[in-house]
Amino acid sequence: MGTAPDQTADTPPSAPGKDAAGPGGDGPAALLRNAALRWDTAVAVLFAAVFLTGLGTTDGFGHGGNLAFAFNDVAEVALIALPMTLLVVAGQVDLSVASMLGLGSALTGALWNAGWAFELIVPVVLLAGVTGGLLNGWLVTRVGLPPLAVTIGTLALYRGLASVVLGSEAVTGFPETYARWTVDTTTVPGTFLSYPVALFLVLAAVTAVVLHATGTGRSLFAVGAREEAAFFAGIRVKRLKLLLFVVSGLVSAFAGVLFTLRYGSARADNGLGLELLVIAAVLLGGVDFDGGKGTLAGVVAAVLLVGVLKNLLTLNDVAGEVQVVVTGLLLVASVLTPRVVTAVRERHQRRAAATAGPGPYSS
Amino acid sequence: MEQPDPGPVPVLALRDVSKSFGAVRALRDVTLDLFPGEVHALAGENGAGKSTLIKVLGGAHRPDSGQLLLDGRPVRFRGPADARDAGVAVIHQEPALFPDLSVAENIFMGRQPRRSLGRIDRRAVRAATAALMRRLGVGLDPDRPARGLSIADQQIVEIAKALSLPAPAGRRPAPAGSLPAPAGDAGSAARVLVMDEPTAALTGGETARLFAVVETLRAEGTAVLFISHRLEEMFRLCTRVTVLRDGQRVSSEPLDGLTEDDLVRRMVGRDLGELYPEQRTGQAERGNGKAALAVRRLTREGVFHDISFEVRRGEIVALAGLVGAGRTEVAQAVFGVDRADAGRVEVAGSVLRPASPTAAMAAGLALVPEDRRGRGLVTSLSIEHNIGLTGLGVIRRGGLVSRALERGRAADWAVRLRLKYSRLSDPVGVLSGGNQQKVVLAKWLATGPGVLIVDEPTRGIDVGTKAEVHRLLSALAADGLAVLMISSDLPEVLGMADRVLVMHEGRLTAEIPRELATEESVMAAATGRGGRAREDAV
Repeated sequence: MGTAPDQTADTPPSAPGKDAAGPGGDGPAALLRNAALRWDTAVAVLFAAVFLTGLGTTDGFGHGGNLAFAFNDVAEVALIALPMTLLVVAGQVDLSVASMLGLGSALTGALWNAGWAFELIVPVVLLAGVTGGLLNGWLVTRVGLPPLAVTIGTLALYRGLASVVLGSEAVTGFPETYARWTVDTTTVPGTFLSYPVALFLVLAAVTAVVLHATGTGRSLFAVGAREEAAFFAGIRVKRLKLLLFVVSGLVSAFAGVLFTLRYGSARADNGLGLELLVIAAVLLGGVDFDGGKGTLAGVVAAVLLVGVLKNLLTLNDVAGEVQVVVTGLLLVASVLTPRVVTAVRERHQRRAAATAGPGPYSS
Repeated sequence: MEQPDPGPVPVLALRDVSKSFGAVRALRDVTLDLFPGEVHALAGENGAGKSTLIKVLGGAHRPDSGQLLLDGRPVRFRGPADARDAGVAVIHQEPALFPDLSVAENIFMGRQPRRSLGRIDRRAVRAATAALMRRLGVGLDPDRPARGLSIADQQIVEIAKALSLPAPAGRRPAPAGSLPAPAGDAGSAARVLVMDEPTAALTGGETARLFAVVETLRAEGTAVLFISHRLEEMFRLCTRVTVLRDGQRVSSEPLDGLTEDDLVRRMVGRDLGELYPEQRTGQAERGNGKAALAVRRLTREGVFHDISFEVRRGEIVALAGLVGAGRTEVAQAVFGVDRADAGRVEVAGSVLRPASPTAAMAAGLALVPEDRRGRGLVTSLSIEHNIGLTGLGVIRRGGLVSRALERGRAADWAVRLRLKYSRLSDPVGVLSGGNQQKVVLAKWLATGPGVLIVDEPTRGIDVGTKAEVHRLLSALAADGLAVLMISSDLPEVLGMADRVLVMHEGRLTAEIPRELATEESVMAAATGRGGRAREDAV
């Protein structure tokens, strides 16, 4: 009893970087003022800088065909990053997305082998994605297991199922009527955007509205920031989480179909390790892994940055292994930077407080 | 210090200590002397700064300014470990023991005497524990696990732990392998013992035993700082009293010659009568017969049993009882955040779908939870977002959240509750405790509830805001709202309630009408000592 000061004791000092990227603003002026300090703005600026550097230094980078290729190359990562953003904002994560992509690809191949019509295969694959998402969501919300543990398990499970379905076979020869819409050489007329990238942009806009302008989005931030308080406010936390996992499974399975058509090859190990790239893009985009903070704009900027960077490295004949190292460093830096800035600032504050405090311990 | 000093040099003293949290000045230039062999009472209302003061003494908070003196020399505690090494032990109201370890293991946790090869010397641990228990005059088996110990026994374990600490001042901290308390002498440390409301959850017999232990320690020269809401206990146990109000020291003086009324006046700064709003007469009758909330034989196994009561429109019903009696759990089951095993809840005559806060909200129920920062608010979100959280279905236009409606809702309630803030887009976490509580109230009142459940609505908030909350609740009840108020603050219960329900160990033990409710009658029922038996279910 009588704990008045505790109520305010551990209010964190307003931290830079990711902390500023909350769901709200305060009028256009303040928004502009805040924007300069925001992590997602920083990523967008970084993207622009890398893009301009590319234009200036690398021959062929600015060519429309190359840009279409560069962005189309990360289409699956970009698509899965959308539901992943919602999950991470709500304090959840789904590590099974790449395995679901692989399962989707394997199912597509196996059913195509079995002589199914492609128009029939797609809904079945999407249904498999929904089922996988339901399993993840059920284990998290009904059984009460932590999402990290659940989806590490289903990461193995779904990849294993993919191998069961298709073995080590590679299925090719998918109908050109569909495949041509997935490649970078078919672009939306008048632009250098491939259709998968255009689809991503449309879905990104929808996701941004859901996350930042609807009650559901508000609820996600509340659940991620303080699940218990959200529950006490009458938000249906479990239902919301279940829905997120289902959407994640659905989008991942769809990405499996896309991947298969784009490369013209269905394999059980398609997209192996892709989940890390997705989560990397989400974190690089400024979404707090602890939940409750982030913007979709930041994630979109991060996805584009990853695509451009990868392309530039390739154009400059940087070996694939080195590219992986660069991606890794970028990720570590993106997670580390805001924390380091916060830590440094806190230390300064502590030091300032200490010099004003009483004398040293002497007994 | 113009007060007569029982000893020459205080073993521990505060000099002009201030401590602020954000905009809240929890302590302002507080001076306090603790002399060896005295039991010193610390009095003050909730939010007066007692807890902060205890945390400064115990090393959990560092003062912003002012000094701590140990044996007259300035010290700085960098953390609780420093305070412990200096011989300052804090016994909390609800001790935190390791439930699966034995009493002896709990006492010597992390400081076990060792044999060769670093093995723990269990026999020495047990012998030292037995000696400590003898010294305290308590028959507690060193080998029994802490799980299932009563709160009183848990406190004894904490006190034993404090006594077994390495002796401070002059002597260096004991090396890792040494036995802090030789079995024969059973320790000597803990020169200052701070007890934070140790009796809040104890029965009469347990309290007497605790007082005997404190008396033993006092006679050995320990300085004891005793915090309690029960004034008569202060008069029984203590020799001097320091009163805090709004973070400032009001007085430090011998208890001899003071009356309880004197103390209350010092704590409150005015007569108690002014604190609570003019009682609304007869509105319970106005809502005549119509139960806004009816709880029927609600049971949650092992937590509370067969709870039945009604709250009528326009009525404030207090749910009193000791900490741990199950009051919060009942509220949570009524609101649907916890699942009840049996029984039902009716709001305005219709049965509520169980275990669904969403359904409870739709029926017009609102719960302002006890744990403000954990359950009441999302502290990282802004004031307007928090207030909007209960109205996401309302503050929208064309399916999207309308910033304008959201801000309007927040601004409206901020004015009505006289919230102090700089911008509605500020995170709730930067507000003071009292203003945070107003945000929680706003968040729920904005839903236009018919039944408001408030759990410890004024815990930890300053006296002024407390009075505002009381006026608000009275006004709401006068407008026909049914209010169920859980409170451990007896004056609040007696000052506010039209009827007092009392719980003891998971059962309703009494229902006391306003005219018959006194500190004695409520406490008697709360501690399970009689009270009006209430066998008849409503």
